This record gives sequence, C-alpha cells and structure tokens, in this order.
Amino acid sequence: MTVQELPGAAAYRPAPPPAWRHRTDPAPLLPDSEPFRVLGTGAELDRALMLKLYAELVRGRRYNAQATALTKQGRLAVYPSSTGQEACEVAAALALEERDWLFPSYRDTLAAVARGLDPVQALTLLRGDWHTGYDPREHRIAPLCTPLATQLPHAVGLAHAARLKGDDVVALALVGDGGTSEGDFHEALNFAAVWQAPVVFLVQNNGFAISVPLAKQTAAPSLAHKAVGYGMPGRLVDGNDAPAVHQVLSEAIGRARRGGGPTLIEAVTYRMEAHTNADDATRYRGSAEVEAWRAHDPIRILEGELTARGILDEDGVRAAAEAAEAMAAALRERMNAEPVLDPMDLFTEVYAERNGQLREQAAQLRAELEAEAR
Amino acid sequence: MATATDRTAGRRTAGKPATMAQALQRAMRDAMAEDPTVHVLGEDVGTLGGVFRVTDGLAKEFGEDRCTDTPLAEAGILGTAVGMAMYGLRPVVEMQFDAFAYPAFEQLISHVAKMRNRTRGAMTMPLVVRVPYGGGIGGVEHHSDSSEAYYMATPGLQVVTPSTVEDAYGMLRAAIASDDPVVFLEPKRLYWSKSDWSPDDPAPVEPIGKAAVRRTGTSATLITYGPSVPVCLEAAEAAREEGWDLEVVDLRSLVPFDDETVCASVRRTGRAVVVHESAGFGGPGGEIAARITERCFHHLEAPVLRVAGFDIPYPPPMLEKHHLPGVDRVLDAVARLQWEAGH
Repeated sequence: MTVQELPGAAAYRPAPPPAWRHRTDPAPLLPDSEPFRVLGTGAELDRALMLKLYAELVRGRRYNAQATALTKQGRLAVYPSSTGQEACEVAAALALEERDWLFPSYRDTLAAVARGLDPVQALTLLRGDWHTGYDPREHRIAPLCTPLATQLPHAVGLAHAARLKGDDVVALALVGDGGTSEGDFHEALNFAAVWQAPVVFLVQNNGFAISVPLAKQTAAPSLAHKAVGYGMPGRLVDGNDAPAVHQVLSEAIGRARRGGGPTLIEAVTYRMEAHTNADDATRYRGSAEVEAWRAHDPIRILEGELTARGILDEDGVRAAAEAAEAMAAALRERMNAEPVLDPMDLFTEVYAERNGQLREQAAQLRAELEAEAR
Repeated sequence: MATATDRTAGRRTAGKPATMAQALQRAMRDAMAEDPTVHVLGEDVGTLGGVFRVTDGLAKEFGEDRCTDTPLAEAGILGTAVGMAMYGLRPVVEMQFDAFAYPAFEQLISHVAKMRNRTRGAMTMPLVVRVPYGGGIGGVEHHSDSSEAYYMATPGLQVVTPSTVEDAYGMLRAAIASDDPVVFLEPKRLYWSKSDWSPDDPAPVEPIGKAAVRRTGTSATLITYGPSVPVCLEAAEAAREEGWDLEVVDLRSLVPFDDETVCASVRRTGRAVVVHESAGFGGPGGEIAARITERCFHHLEAPVLRVAGFDIPYPPPMLEKHHLPGVDRVLDAVARLQWEAGH
C-alpha cells in the first residue's frame, strides 16, 4: 500500500523544509543584451584619458607588429599577437591603480607593457631566455601564465589576502574565451564570489580558442552570463571600444575596491592575426569575417571619433606614430643583442637551498662546461 | 651525523599520551600563534575541525579568516593559496584525502613547484599542502592512495612524511617555516598512534631533510617511511628469532633525500630492503634502490629488494590486508637477502 492509498494520506504530507539558499533576484547581475559602447554614442569623453588611450593603442599595435617580425627573424620562439585586441589590453591596464595587481595570460604582454613593464622584459618568456623576465612584486604583474585559467585563482587568493591585511588592492585577471571552459575558471569565480574578493575577471572573447569558435566552446547566452550563477554581476562590453572598456573596468575595479566584490566582464573583440605565428588561421575562418572586423578596428574607430570631435589632430596622430616607431626601433635593437645566459642558472632557484642531487648535477654540468672550454 | 635513534626516548612526561593528530594540530596552532601570516584553509577545516580533527579548534582560536572553510574545490583551494602566498602569507592547505588532491595537481605542478624558479627567486611559495595518505583504515575507494611518487617526481616540491607523534609536530613546524613548498604526507592510519610526547616540551624544530635511524642493527637495513615504519620495527623484532639484527631507517623526507644516512647504514649492513605501501612499479623504492646501487654497489652482499604494495589500484577495504606490506612480507624479503651469486 503506497502513501497515496492510505486513508487521509494528504493530512500526513509534511510541508517541504525551507530551501537552503537565500536567493536574490538575479536580474541586477545579468549583463545587458548588447555590449556597452561609448564611441558613437555622443557620450562625454575625458580628453587626457582619450589621448593616453590612443597613444597606447598605437604603441601596442606597433609592439605587436615588431614582436611578430622578431619571430620571423628567429629572435622570439613564438609570439601570440593581440593585434585587434589592443583596446582590451590597454584600457584594462590603464584602469588599474599602481598598487593593484595584474594577472595576465600569455597573450597579454601589451597589458603588462601598458602598465609600465619594460618591453624587453615582457618578451623574455617568448624569447626563451627565462620564464619570467621581471620581478612580479616590483611591478605587481604576475608571471605571464601559459596554462589556461590557472592564474585566476591566484588573483582571487592575492586579492583575498590583501583585503585580510586591510589593503585596498584590486586584482585584475585576464583570460580568453577558451579559458572560460577550464575548471580553474569556475573555481576561481566561485571562490571570488563566496569570499567577496576584490577581483575583476576580464574575458577577452576574441572568437576562437586557437581554431575552435565560440559556438563550440559554450552554449551560454554570453560569457558574461556565467557570472549570474556565481552570484556576481556580469558585464558585456565592446572590446574594440577603448573608452567603453576603460569605463566598465574602472567601475568594476572601483566597486571591488569599495568592498562590493568581484565582477565578470566579457569584452567582445577579434584576434586579427593567427593564434601564434605557428598557426594557420585561414583553415578555420574566412577573409570576409576578418575584413568585417577590420572595419571595427579599435584604433580606427577611436581615431575617427577623436578627430571628428577635435580631441585629436594630425599632429597628435603623427606624434603617436613617431613615439610608437621609436619604441619599436629600441625594441628591435635591444632584441637583436644576443642574450648572455649562464648555464649554471639551471640549478639556481629550484629550492632555497640546493639539495644533494642538485649539487651533484651542478658539479657535472660545470665539469662539462669546463671540458668544452678547453 | 644528525640522525636520531628513537627520537621519542627521554622525552616522556607524566601527561596524557598525545596522538599524531593532536601533535599536528598543535604544530599548526603554535605556528599560527607565532606568525600572523600563517593561514589554514581547506574543506571542513573550520567549524568541524577537519574530518580527522587535525585542525580542531583553530578557527575558534584564530578566527575564520585564519582557519577558513573553503568551497569544495581542491584546485581552487590550492590556487587561491598560491595567490595568498604571492601576497606574503604562509598558507597551510588541507587536501581531505589523498585521492581528492588530484584536481589540484595542475596548480601544484605548474605553479606551486615552479614559482620560485619561474621568477628567479623573486616570488617564493612558502606553503604547505597537507595530504592524509595511505591505507589501512578501511576506507572505500579513493580514500587510501599513496601518491608520494607523483610528488617526488616534481622538481621544486619537498615531500615529507612523519611516522612518530614527535616528528609529526616537529616536521610540520619545519614545513610551515620552510620558504619552499612542502607536500606534507600524513599517514592516516597513524593519526591515532600515541606517545608520551608533550606539546609543552617539544623537541627543537630541525630543518627537514634528515632521515632517522629508528633501530640500529648489523645484518641488513630496512629503509622505509610513514605508515610502514611501525611495520618494519615489528618485523625487526620478529627477525631476532631468526638471528637477523635489522637496522630500520625512517626516511622522514623523500625530497630532499638523505643519501648520507641511507648509504652509511647500507655500507654497514651490506643488505637493504625498501618497504613502502605505494605501488612498486615506478614507485619510490625503485629510485631508492637505484641510488643505493649507484653509491654502495661494492658494499652490497645481495641485490636491494623492494617490498611494496601490489601494482594495482588500491583495493576495496575487505581486501586491503592482502595488499599492504605486512610483517610477514618484510620477513620473506629479509630471508631472500641470503643471496648468493648465481642464485
């Protein structure tokens, strides 16, 4: 006899216990359906900021071109260009205060350079003379991270630690669209939201994870929508609109600094070059698509608007181009010098103190080097 | 040589016997009291005090900011600990059971182990990953793995495992004090082992990396660590009836490896058996046997033998007694040390 068959069974049916989760209305967390834009909207523009963004975009584009050329000359082992994505890189970096931290992925050298890192130090990983060419503490830039999304929990932990210490430091973590599929992305966002850590996640959605398009990466309405499930706001921004990226990032960083917790931002952009110089982008995308995005180039649209509004003139354009060219020339010259490497460095900084194995192996290498020198 | 014979001898007090779990708790408590940068985090470490009660009372004494119940996500626990260490904290992370640590492997191998090297020493990882490991407690699948070989194979990590209550305290204090990351393997079947060690009179904390001779002998050396140390000591007692006087070396630290203590012992005895419960193939015993052979070949009277767990996924609890190296299996190996060339 089932419960339903018992006479008067309805009277025994208990009310369900209250749900565990205290749900709030998710609507305020949802991103807008259209990416946020500033250019072309008639919004007020901060003149000094616009000129700074423009100069950095132009310098960034030139940096990408120069680094790509250096791969062809064999000076860099590999270079993942961010051409087309400069607005995300530059505007995000410029939204940070000096005391804040940047957690870049391997494609984010421009963000590090825009933050003030020496252009050569930013390329050390990609040249292959060491894994990180700078002191992360000095610049508050974590090492360029090659595994996908694994730097995101670091950003959360650092931001959490800073808050525990009473410092109003914010961490900005950069990740690509492909990286949002990784488990570390999920764990980082979840920890950040539970801890209300002062961290901002910026997804540069450039359409492809090497060759796999977004449609094969996720079924979410947008990557910014993923925020809602964690209980943090999601924001969608035009990643080629530098003032828009700067504004959205600044708002999220400010909110995090005031104790408002994390934000997930998706910047919609496009990678104009292949994944790296080792990739053939023509195998997975058509030229019509690339050309459509070229019309929405971040430098072109910013330059057009600033010129039309009288913020930028021909002299300004020329000055930015000249500054970028000077940077490229200096970069070329310094990168053409052969790095001087000490093979004995293989055994330094594995541990604070060398253990027996490393002492023996260091002695072996030293003997080999001395034999070679004879 | 800084080896210690029965390190608990001479430190007996009138107090209640302490368990290994209590000694580990005390080590974290003392470290947290001395150094405000020491933070404990993991699943269930706060209110519950850990499923083995190793973090019992820490959240109450130091607050939830210092002893934090995290979301259930091992990569996230270790990944956020990396960021905390980047900002100057000394995180002590608990992985609830050996096999639950596997989701955190990428963080451990790609970041924890390499951060010092990647940044040429500018950024170090003074964190401890506590991993309750090994079998013998009747745990179901995924609760009894011995994963030390995976950790040992990763340059940049230190890998240690205590076998006594006193060592549990001293080695965890040393691990927390270390400026390099330490995988701290806690033999969970020894959590309830007791000694008269008193937390109010702890031994001075020595840097990790030294093995200890737990029992001196002349006929052969048993080289072991963690949960297999009591097994080897028992086997050594039993072997006396057969006329074997066995020396027992407790490695304590797998990385760095104390070649000096191990080789000094094997040169004295001329025979060696490596005993551990993780799988033998590709396991720590192969490395240890190779190191002994390379360094002590002319002192050896017989091949270095291994007594290890079988090369199988950890068995169900009702069969684990057949898998774990016990006293009889160790004694069988000792008998095989009566080896003659051409045998």
